[in-house]
Amino acid sequence: MKTVQVNIVTPDGPVYDSEVAMVIAKTVSGEIGVLPGHIPLVAPLDISAIKIKEADGSNNVVAVSGGFIEVRPEKISILAPAAEVAETIDIARAKAAKKRAEERLQSKSDDIDFKRAELALKRAINRINVHEGNI
Amino acid sequence: MANLRDIKKRITSTQKTGHITKAMEMVSASKKTRAEQNAKAYVPYMNKVQDVVASIAAGASDVSHPMLTTRPVKKTGYIIIGSDRGLAGAYNANLIRALTHTINERHKSKDEYVIFTIGRVTTEYFKKRGHNVIDSVVGLPDQPSFSHVKQIARKAVGMFADGTFDELYMYYNHYISVISQEVTEKKVLPITDLAPATEGLQATYEFEPSAEAILETLLPQYAESLIYGALLDGKASEHAARMTAMKAATDNANEIIRTLTLEYNRARQASITQEITEIIGGANAIQ
Repeated sequence: MKTVQVNIVTPDGPVYDSEVAMVIAKTVSGEIGVLPGHIPLVAPLDISAIKIKEADGSNNVVAVSGGFIEVRPEKISILAPAAEVAETIDIARAKAAKKRAEERLQSKSDDIDFKRAELALKRAINRINVHEGNI
Repeated sequence: MANLRDIKKRITSTQKTGHITKAMEMVSASKKTRAEQNAKAYVPYMNKVQDVVASIAAGASDVSHPMLTTRPVKKTGYIIIGSDRGLAGAYNANLIRALTHTINERHKSKDEYVIFTIGRVTTEYFKKRGHNVIDSVVGLPDQPSFSHVKQIARKAVGMFADGTFDELYMYYNHYISVISQEVTEKKVLPITDLAPATEGLQATYEFEPSAEAILETLLPQYAESLIYGALLDGKASEHAARMTAMKAATDNANEIIRTLTLEYNRARQASITQEITEIIGGANAIQ
């Protein structure tokens, strides 16, 4: 089977690096599935889960908080401000973050805080979903 | 010759100082290792971002973006990345000297530039001297995360975008090795020297949704990550500088203890000799 190399890199170092069969990512303009030999492409990502089909048929999920996907025929790079493989997600922290964001959204303050809380909530929910595997 | 008790007191106090500096040296050594690792872990990300930005900018030459275009400079922004605490040798002094020098050279009045400061020492220095410090971050942890500088980076990039200033430089200590750190000036904005970090990268990309939209989000991120990268570099330098300074202090303390011990022994010997002479003198007088 043809495979393509996938790199997921964050400011804190590489998170994931492997030869895979397919990558499914959610960009801001919609979901895309990338197979080996895809034409070069760059797209910004949503706060979402990256689904990766490994060469041996197993599936892997990585939570990303935005960032970019850069596709080249032989290599896919994903750059994100933060990214975690499902097993390494700190679920207690994600739940705490979700609760905090919800509280902040309840108490009506000025717009910027509101937006930030909304994004924080989105990231927390994304992490929880990825951790529990319901995507 | 100083009296015995005074010398003894000085030896003890120097020993205590020596213990403290020795401890600080070891603490800095371990912090330096961590900071160095952080800075290293960041390199792949930075290189990747640079690759993507460079290939987009090169591949889509018809795309223009305010951050890529050089405009006539009316006002300049400076970011200076210093430390919160002293006892790091000439770490902050070098930075301050370099920036002051540049400012004196390039600008005639204080209205021609603004300064962003990171670190307490640099912040206080420039505020006290009436420079236009528009934002500062103090109390950063030893292992800062991206969120710690996000606000100041975003503000700096935003002020460039809305035309408050027309170019942005940053000053930080680049980490070369434990004993050598170099004050570095880096132009952050406008983004001009975009060479791919990896050689032989030439690809024409499809852009989803469009090249403009991607540059719109990617370029500010790029500029912010440059600033964060410099901060990590600066932190590694800070700990290394402190470690070296503390090592020098410990060595000095040991040297002082050595001379003082010598002096102490001489003084003790002298007093014993004197006592003996007195006793003999007294005994002779009785005979």
